[in-house]
Amino acid sequence: MNGTTAAEAIPLPPRTRDRRFPPLIPLAIVAALVLCALLAPVLAPHSPLEGSLGERLAPPIGLEGSKPGHLLGTDRHGRDTLSRLLHGARISLAVSVIGITLTGAAGSFIGLLAGFLGGWVDTLLMRLADISLSLPGILIAVLLSVVFEPSFTNVIIVVVFLLWPSYARLTRGETLGLKQQEFVALARVAGCSSTLIMFRHILPNLAPSILVLATLHVGYVIVLEAALSFLGVGIPPPTPSWGVMVADGRGLIEQAWWVSILPGIAILITVLSLNILGDWVRDRLDPKLRQV
Amino acid sequence: MQRYIIGRVVQSIVSMFVVSMIVFALVRLSGDPIQIMMPAEATKADIELMRAHLGLDRPWAVQYWRFLTQALQGDFGKSVRFRRPALDLVTERYGATLELGGLAVLIVIALALPIGVYSAVRRGSALDYAARIFAAFGQAVPPFWLGLVLVLIFGVLLHWLPTSGRGTPWHVLLPGITLGWFAVAGLMRLTRSSMLDVLGSEYVKLARIKGLPEHRVIWRHAFKNAALPVVTFAALLFVALLNGSIIVETVFGWPGLGLLVIEAVDSRDYPIVQTVVLFLSAMYIGVNLLVDILYAYLNPKIRYSQS
Repeated sequence: MNGTTAAEAIPLPPRTRDRRFPPLIPLAIVAALVLCALLAPVLAPHSPLEGSLGERLAPPIGLEGSKPGHLLGTDRHGRDTLSRLLHGARISLAVSVIGITLTGAAGSFIGLLAGFLGGWVDTLLMRLADISLSLPGILIAVLLSVVFEPSFTNVIIVVVFLLWPSYARLTRGETLGLKQQEFVALARVAGCSSTLIMFRHILPNLAPSILVLATLHVGYVIVLEAALSFLGVGIPPPTPSWGVMVADGRGLIEQAWWVSILPGIAILITVLSLNILGDWVRDRLDPKLRQV
Repeated sequence: MQRYIIGRVVQSIVSMFVVSMIVFALVRLSGDPIQIMMPAEATKADIELMRAHLGLDRPWAVQYWRFLTQALQGDFGKSVRFRRPALDLVTERYGATLELGGLAVLIVIALALPIGVYSAVRRGSALDYAARIFAAFGQAVPPFWLGLVLVLIFGVLLHWLPTSGRGTPWHVLLPGITLGWFAVAGLMRLTRSSMLDVLGSEYVKLARIKGLPEHRVIWRHAFKNAALPVVTFAALLFVALLNGSIIVETVFGWPGLGLLVIEAVDSRDYPIVQTVVLFLSAMYIGVNLLVDILYAYLNPKIRYSQS
């Protein structure tokens, strides 16, 4: 890649220069979050699904009327907010990991095919991408939830539906360039089949860009899941998705603000950290994508 | 150019067909609408009669054709819940959604453009720094949650503004701000980077050398040229707001299309859901098409690279 030589030739403003190290605070927050998600059953002080009605709507510790043992208070069923937040991190993590892996794989495969094969395959697949981009995502989610019950699978379908065209377009463009390179011609001379060239020789070269796009999408997917769940067309209650928690507290905003405000803060901090990290990964791996 | 436009129009029509097929297929997949429409004490014969009356005993292709031709004539079926034509309900609620979206667009443009321009001109200043932090937060705050925070602050704690429904001009403020918030951040970033590009150019230097007053250099010479990407974004913004309005209307009980469709989901009112989805998709696809055509007119580079 000529990224390094270009960076040496042009003097960069100081802000860009110390980007060798990841931003530490966001990194720590994301790492802590992943740990919380993985260890939620161990860390959570209470069950995320069962509450005791005697301890309903207890405020967080430090406020008047708080109950010992419920650090961040309880909701209207007496369920512990902290425990639900920890388990909610699992949902966010699961949706983003599964959703982005599936989309990245499907979208990149389609883009690779379109770019490598060209011709009518290319035209057809890219038209499909255009059409997919021209459909409004939230409405598709609404439709899906009327037809099938709201579920984890629906959220994943919507994520795949909304994001696959970006991967397909990205990998198609890069494949078009890579296809012209000498190592592809040499591989062909050496007797490699098209399939082998695509997956052995071209795909590894696409990996950095795919990875960058995937990191940039994590925050988006977490907000999307929360929004769908909030609307009642995503993860169904009582599963402790952060979006479900915000929706639960909607009617209680006057008596018990913490029920909906705290999960929102969790989303905000998570997404902010992920976006900062995503920008860093992009600048490190692929400055060309800065406009994405 | 003409070929590009025709191509885009054809593609939009195909998109609309795809939407109509998805809507049709999904709604038919969801089970028997008769079960929902008929009272529990209906006899088998009644049900069969109703099925034949609605044409639900015919093959799918026939049903789809009927659905399509009726839709093109403005007949989208009757709401199960309100027992009124779905299209009437949609047109009634449409104004509220437009009002909300219009205010949001105003807020976005009034805030994002000046702040974006000034943070580019005064790069590195406290204002630039504050604006960038705001933009980073703006893109991380989930809109449905921001709405609740605003309700808490301005409704519950300060009692300044109404938090639900539609009536006085005050009612539209909180939902409008919530809807616009996300886009303010995006447009501000775009304006800033676009202005930074232009401010470094030769003709801006020339304008300065000529001794023009600074505000003239910024607004006449720089901003006008920075506006091309901004114009397209502002149009795309409208589309994003359409999606966002579903969330915001739910939070604030704003009686627009978004709330209508979410309520229809709860009561499994298929005709309403399918009408709103078709209606909003048509707007979405139509605005996208207009933006692309506008952009092709404004930017010759696109015109030639696409053909």
